[in-house]
Amino acid sequence: MEHSILMHEPEDDVGVAVVDLKAGTEARAVTLEGRYIGTVKVTEDIPLGHKVAMRDIPEGEEVIKYGRPIGRATKSIAKGSHVHIHNIKSMRW
Amino acid sequence: MRKENLKLMGYRRENGRIGVRNHVVIIPVDDLSNAAAEGVAHLVRGTMAIPHPYGRLQFGEDLELTFRTLIGTGRNPNVAAAIVIGIEPNWTERIVQGIAETGKPVEGFSIERSGDLKTVEAAARRAVQFVQWASELKREPFELGELVVSAKCGESDTTLGLASNPAVGRVLERLVEAGATAIFGETSEITGAEDIVASQAATPEVAEEFMRAFRSYQEFIKSQGVDLLGSQPTQGNIRGGLSTIEEKALGNIQKIGRNKVQSVLAPAEEPKGPGLHFMDSSSAAAEMVTLCAAAGSVVHFFATGQGNVVGNPIVPVIKLCANPVTVRTMSEHIDVDLSDMLKLKLSLDEAADKLMEVLVRTVNGRLTAAEVLRHDEFVLTKLYRSA
Repeated sequence: MEHSILMHEPEDDVGVAVVDLKAGTEARAVTLEGRYIGTVKVTEDIPLGHKVAMRDIPEGEEVIKYGRPIGRATKSIAKGSHVHIHNIKSMRW
Repeated sequence: MRKENLKLMGYRRENGRIGVRNHVVIIPVDDLSNAAAEGVAHLVRGTMAIPHPYGRLQFGEDLELTFRTLIGTGRNPNVAAAIVIGIEPNWTERIVQGIAETGKPVEGFSIERSGDLKTVEAAARRAVQFVQWASELKREPFELGELVVSAKCGESDTTLGLASNPAVGRVLERLVEAGATAIFGETSEITGAEDIVASQAATPEVAEEFMRAFRSYQEFIKSQGVDLLGSQPTQGNIRGGLSTIEEKALGNIQKIGRNKVQSVLAPAEEPKGPGLHFMDSSSAAAEMVTLCAAAGSVVHFFATGQGNVVGNPIVPVIKLCANPVTVRTMSEHIDVDLSDMLKLKLSLDEAADKLMEVLVRTVNGRLTAAEVLRHDEFVLTKLYRSA
């Protein structure tokens, strides 16, 4: 099966959809080196280039991508859901 | 790409610098002189006017930056010869002198006490001579290490961090290893990855200077008391899936590869030696490419996700893109399609090879998408209000 999510680092909280993902899809996530990380059931439509939560992220917690914080969850985010400006916020401005 | 496959042909200018284009430009000193500059360009085939909206009642650092940008544009090795037209002779002469240091043909004309029509006639007569002279200049072989290039991305999305910026980074590593000079910048767009850039500084002094430039911009943002969401990341970035400035910055800095940062440049300042240099600059595409061109870059790498269409009058801008939707829907703007990287069917080194091949063809004269589509954006960076 082909991957549909790419991850910068295996431990990242989020992966990037590299195709348009439909709600209910079982999406396969691999690293840029092609290493299999896991499969996540996508809970809502997520467009190509947008982020998928690879685990449950509690409200207020840092969200990790590239192995580094890219912002903070403004509400709790369930695994498989769309991660974007509606549920994370920069810690800079 | 193997070294033996790199047959690079360029124009060696009077000062030894290598250009990859052979433009004769008509540079207005100020907004008032755009009409005369465009008049000359209309009359004389092979010339190009570079109109802009400023140059009057600027002062201090802001004025110096306008001078440096206009002079740098004329000095750029992609320019064979330049005509400068201003409303009055004093500032016109200052720009002429700055360009003349390179040894290339340049002449200034001012409008007061002549009017537009006589000025256009005199400038056009000189432009005819410049074009005929430039048309006989020949390309000659040169080494990869003689290139000065720049890189900046725009209308970014998450595909830049995954694919196209790492490919640019790999190419910049190869170029710098060969002895070339490269420029990157975008001070606001490093926010969240500033420690990574600082850690790649060649010396602690460069790291400190970089952090000073970075903090100065952060203080400016704070002084405005606004949230930059929607501006940085832009609405296009957000549509493409980027949610925060930290995420955008971490993707952005992939394009410097593992290179060391040799110096911190003021906007439009020429690098003093080879290697990678950070320019304190805006992240707005046309502003940044204009500043890089003024600093002497002869080819620009522009990674895009959602499809920024920017170009430059004197510097070929190579567009690369890994977003398959953008590559499909905006194909006329994309020079290098890297979308197979997302499928893991094109490795980072293969992508760099592909980009190197297009670099060589562009250097040797192939027109980029932006050049063909007349994307001649020339935008001066304005630091503050005029007097």
